[in-house]
Amino acid sequence: MKFQYSVEGGDFTMAGHASSQVKKSLKQLGIDSSIIKRVVVALYEAEVNIVAHAYRGVIDVDIESAGIKLKLTDEGPGIPDIEKAMTKGFSTASAAVREMGFGAGMGLPNIRDNSDRFTIDTVVNKGTVLSIEIDFK
Amino acid sequence: MKIQDLVDSLGLVVFTGQTLLDNEVTGGYTSDLLSDVMGFAKEGNIWITLQTHKNVIGVASLKDLSAILLIKGFEPDQDALALAEKEDIPILGTKMGAFEISAKIYNLINS
Ligand SMILES: Nc1ncnc2c1ncn2[C@@H]1O[C@H](COP(=O)(O)OP(=O)(O)O)[C@@H](O)[C@H]1O
Ligand SMILES: [Mg+2]
Repeated sequence: MKFQYSVEGGDFTMAGHASSQVKKSLKQLGIDSSIIKRVVVALYEAEVNIVAHAYRGVIDVDIESAGIKLKLTDEGPGIPDIEKAMTKGFSTASAAVREMGFGAGMGLPNIRDNSDRFTIDTVVNKGTVLSIEIDFK
Repeated sequence: MKIQDLVDSLGLVVFTGQTLLDNEVTGGYTSDLLSDVMGFAKEGNIWITLQTHKNVIGVASLKDLSAILLIKGFEPDQDALALAEKEDIPILGTKMGAFEISAKIYNLINS
């Protein structure tokens, strides 16, 4: 089962839309709730990162019998130092974004902790591709 | 413990979700950082926060939280209220600060 969602940078009103749609689909498929919880955390953080840090992006969701594959491709500034970005607490979010309670620097670590496989491909001044896989077991 | 018990014991304001007060409360989580709640709040928790915007409702719904409790007399934004009604998330309020209301809720749940 494949879905695609588009995400606009800076538009926090729609942040979490893809996550809630995917959550519904997984529920309907009868996927274990502990797995759904992990998918929701990982996808929400990845989705919000496009809104908070990039210009626009596309989310490709592929649900197979063995698990879910999420690919988030954005046009944006890219991530110059992935190791730094993966550090808990590191954030370049603007003051306005922080005031809303985003920008805790916990998103990428949360994605890593909730996924079975997680890769970041990024080109500075071009964009970032996140691949997240979670097995249904 | 039900949301209704907390509302009655602590005199909480009910902004929306009057019909959802039978929701079971499994514990509480106090934080104003959305990623913190996203990562670590548990299903059925009541979320104590000063954030009043609609992304809070989105997070509460994704995490299956039992309610949102706004501290220090804060009120929900209009679009947050509308989304909470749609997503069946109760929004409550108190004049107390986070420290005080968290302690009271902790004691009620663990007594
Ligand atoms: N899609 C992205 N495009 C550009 N930079 C990103 C992206 N995702 C994350 N980053 C960078 O990595 C940092 C850490 O991300 P994260 O752990 O999610 O924390 P936060 O989003 O709270 O800042 C961000 O502050 C930003 O500098
Ligand atoms: Mg983030």
